Amino acid sequence: MPLTIKKNRTGPGLKDAVEKMCGAAMALCFQCKKCSSGCPMAKLAKSRPSEIMRQLHLGAGNELLASDLVWTCASCETCSARCPMGIDVAAVIDALRKLAIERGAPKPAGNVPLFNRAFLRTVEMFGRSYEIGMVAAYKFGTGKWMDDTEKFPTMLKKGKLALLPPRGADRKTVARIFKQSKQNQGPCA
Amino acid sequence: MRYAYFPGCSAESTARDMHQSTLAVARALGIDLVEPKGWTCCGATAGHQTDHFLAVSLPAANMAKVQDLKLDMVVNCAACFNRMKVANHEIAAQPDLRKRVGEALERDYDGSVKVRHFLEVLLDDVGLKAISRALKHPLNGLKVACYYGCLLVRPPKVMKFDDPENPTSLDRLVKAMGGQSLDWPCKVECCGGGLSLSRTDVVVQLSNSILDMASRAGADCIAVSCPLCQVNLDLRQQDIHKQTGRNYHIPIVYITQLLGLCLGLRPDALGFRKLMVPASTVLERVAAN
Repeated sequence: MPLTIKKNRTGPGLKDAVEKMCGAAMALCFQCKKCSSGCPMAKLAKSRPSEIMRQLHLGAGNELLASDLVWTCASCETCSARCPMGIDVAAVIDALRKLAIERGAPKPAGNVPLFNRAFLRTVEMFGRSYEIGMVAAYKFGTGKWMDDTEKFPTMLKKGKLALLPPRGADRKTVARIFKQSKQNQGPCA
Repeated sequence: MRYAYFPGCSAESTARDMHQSTLAVARALGIDLVEPKGWTCCGATAGHQTDHFLAVSLPAANMAKVQDLKLDMVVNCAACFNRMKVANHEIAAQPDLRKRVGEALERDYDGSVKVRHFLEVLLDDVGLKAISRALKHPLNGLKVACYYGCLLVRPPKVMKFDDPENPTSLDRLVKAMGGQSLDWPCKVECCGGGLSLSRTDVVVQLSNSILDMASRAGADCIAVSCPLCQVNLDLRQQDIHKQTGRNYHIPIVYITQLLGLCLGLRPDALGFRKLMVPASTVLERVAAN
């Protein structure tokens, strides 16, 4: 992937914001590319972890938030585990995801942010995740109703999906946690 | 042996088989598991991809409940296990975070509850010798590819679970059960985890390469200890078949299901019917002894 920074940069560089959010010591990166060698998504996404690190160093701005790796990353943490300098690269990606949402970056393929919202919404409501509710909310948002539907009857029959929402969770504590998390994030979250 | 047992949300849906077999095996081995009342979701991948505070507080709420029970916390879902340990690590190291989490929980939690994976209990507390003695039907040379995935072993400095690049916990257990644990290179590769619904294309490709390697190694089945790995490798074999024409038919079983069989428990009590790819070859092999 070409590293064009200065000409296309939108807004101030993201490096300081990312460092502040995740505390990763990004200055230690010397581009050994071990993170990219082990990244299971390196073959599938257009950008790689070492390239994201370099782009941040070179002063990339909001345009970096549209990199497909930001949302294709499955959080397997191979990059962080293998970094010889101990940089938590996976935490850098988490920080970029948060910035992408806060700054309204374009929706990625598969709309992972919508999936995460649908998942967490059920946790907020029931105290535990509720798969059918989450799947319905996600499919409603993406409009792709038919994906995977052929599997549901078998899964239901095998008891792999719970029909009713979970019960018995301490919903009050969970509600307080969500409330505080929203307050921390300010009005745009 | 008495522990607080955190089942995790998937124990009530996609991983009922994991939950069922964990409880059955624990009962058979004299391990007493107590569910903390009112346990809640750990936030999983969606939590830490969304907000750091959420990702730490949701697990902390559960560990605070366990602290009252004065027991170690045992988790069998690799994802919950991971979130609990990471939350403990961060709360213990960051007083400011501990304070903010405490405000949301309306109580202080210091990050000190000992969190252990059920595999660690089996290997370290029960011990392989005791397990070998309790076996009724050994695996009879069944070829098992042990798959650990990401969340049990990474990040290594926090998880401190086995060797992060070449773990052997599952392999040692399989050998003790009379199975043949295979030497294969995908033990800690990623299956795509929580991207199962949002990026099915990615999960299908990653799962395909793991299944391909297990098949080349001659696996009769793949043993797992994570509900995300189990669902991806099991459920997505249909999609792989449709997209590539390759039909692996490799059963993806929880290690607790295999152990339960060896301890002489009925397959129904271990949730074998819930597997999408039937484990009939495994069941026949073990029953044949």
